[in-house]
Amino acid sequence: MALYSEKVMDHFRNPRNVGVIENADGVGEVGNAKCGDIMTMYLKIDNDVISDVKFETFGCGSAIASSSMATELIKGKPVSEALKLTNKAVAEALDGLPAYKMHCSVLAEEAIKSALKDYYDKNGIAYDADLLGGEHDCEHCCE
Amino acid sequence: MIYTDNAATTKMSEAAVNKMFSLINTTWGNPSSLYSVGQEAKEALEKAREEVAAIIGARPQEIIFTSGGSEADNQAILSAAKLGERKGKRHIISSAFEHHAVLHTLEKLRKEGFEITLLDVHSDGLVRPEEVETAIREDTCLVTIMFANNEIGTIQPIREIGAICREKGVLFHTDAVQAIGHVPVNVVDDNIDMLSASAHKFHGPKGVGFLYVKRGILLTNLIEGGAQEKGKRAGTENVPGIAAMAEALKEANEKMADNAAHMTAERDRLIAGLKEISHSALNGDALKRLPGNVNFCFEGIEGESLLLLLDDKGIQASSGSACTSGSLDPSHVLLAIGRVHDVAHGSLRLSIGEDITDEEVDYIIKSVKEVVEYLRGFSPIWRDLMTGKKEFIL
Repeated sequence: MALYSEKVMDHFRNPRNVGVIENADGVGEVGNAKCGDIMTMYLKIDNDVISDVKFETFGCGSAIASSSMATELIKGKPVSEALKLTNKAVAEALDGLPAYKMHCSVLAEEAIKSALKDYYDKNGIAYDADLLGGEHDCEHCCE
Repeated sequence: MIYTDNAATTKMSEAAVNKMFSLINTTWGNPSSLYSVGQEAKEALEKAREEVAAIIGARPQEIIFTSGGSEADNQAILSAAKLGERKGKRHIISSAFEHHAVLHTLEKLRKEGFEITLLDVHSDGLVRPEEVETAIREDTCLVTIMFANNEIGTIQPIREIGAICREKGVLFHTDAVQAIGHVPVNVVDDNIDMLSASAHKFHGPKGVGFLYVKRGILLTNLIEGGAQEKGKRAGTENVPGIAAMAEALKEANEKMADNAAHMTAERDRLIAGLKEISHSALNGDALKRLPGNVNFCFEGIEGESLLLLLDDKGIQASSGSACTSGSLDPSHVLLAIGRVHDVAHGSLRLSIGEDITDEEVDYIIKSVKEVVEYLRGFSPIWRDLMTGKKEFIL
């Protein structure tokens, strides 16, 4: 099937870091069942480094692949670097996504930011709200 | 490979392929020409018309060859609208889960001032004849209801609806693209005024179809430019395609009873097997459906990932999820029968072929079970359902 790149299919067929982290330091869930994709990211953070990350995704092939790739891109990295992860970087690392599937990479970026925000909130750490972006409002995309 | 997407398209039958090649090689003339190679093509064309007409109980002159089902739908509806308009009748009745060839044409008419009533298809995917009767008004110029639905396969009470339209003097069109060649269709017995069909749904070639239009109903042209098809559809006829369509339809018609018996048995085994998956549901009435159609929703998963993983297992199917349509909304058919978005995204359509085997059905059931279980294993929706954070819909 030429719909997706080999990389997307690889991450879809063999998703990395699937699952749940019990007592995670940060959890973020974005998306909307109505639109057809939901992502949950679990982060374990030690000394400002993302020591472990896991995800759960309800969604299409590119949503699953985007979540998987996003976890790979931040695992073992300092929080400051994870904060800079963009949807474009996720899509590029997957050797591209079809235009109408780019929102899947957006969700992956937002899921990670949402988990980081949760981590900051839980630990009373001040953060730059602009850097974390607003909560993704998915309603608009399926209306 | 197990191909279970016959509602999307079918593989051409050997007889149809042979017919097409023989015409391409020997009868390649223009049927409008006077010399022999042209007249031979004309003969082949008219023979195909007679064969197609005979199978559906029509007269040859009531068959117009088109590029397929969509063109036939467009022409039928626009013609009826034109006829209605002349008498000041600008109301059309249809159903909420028609093919887009019908719905989009109706939408175009709505913008031109027509009033469109889309009837409810209820949770079983069936239009109620009494609701058609109630909806008919003084100014109704057309009722258009599909014979069988392309996604959930439900077969509509066409004969009853047709009888009501006859009694009320309203034109009745049916999009029979999914039905022709699969279930008995007779335009006289079924009280049909206009009918659309497409060859590639019954092992004929793509790009060919026909419109049956009862004698006396004036068609409006979509394509101008020639005297072909009694001046109602310009353009040199696709003679090899048309002849191959007639060949495929003859074969489908001859084998219909045997094929239907076999496919219905396999369909029901497939339905029984997939029902074993928890929190799943069959879409559409279990009995009033095409012999080859199985359509399920599985809660907690999304259809495109299901299709991709089934493809990895050699099973080719389709889904009504938004992701597979390239749009953001799931199938309008599933929404019309009352499935909510969350559940409609997790749908699977298996439209089996005539040659499906017991072993293949067993393999499909096993594979779908595995894939659904796997995807639910890391679905946040499924986790919420299982932990009671969300309530099951199915």
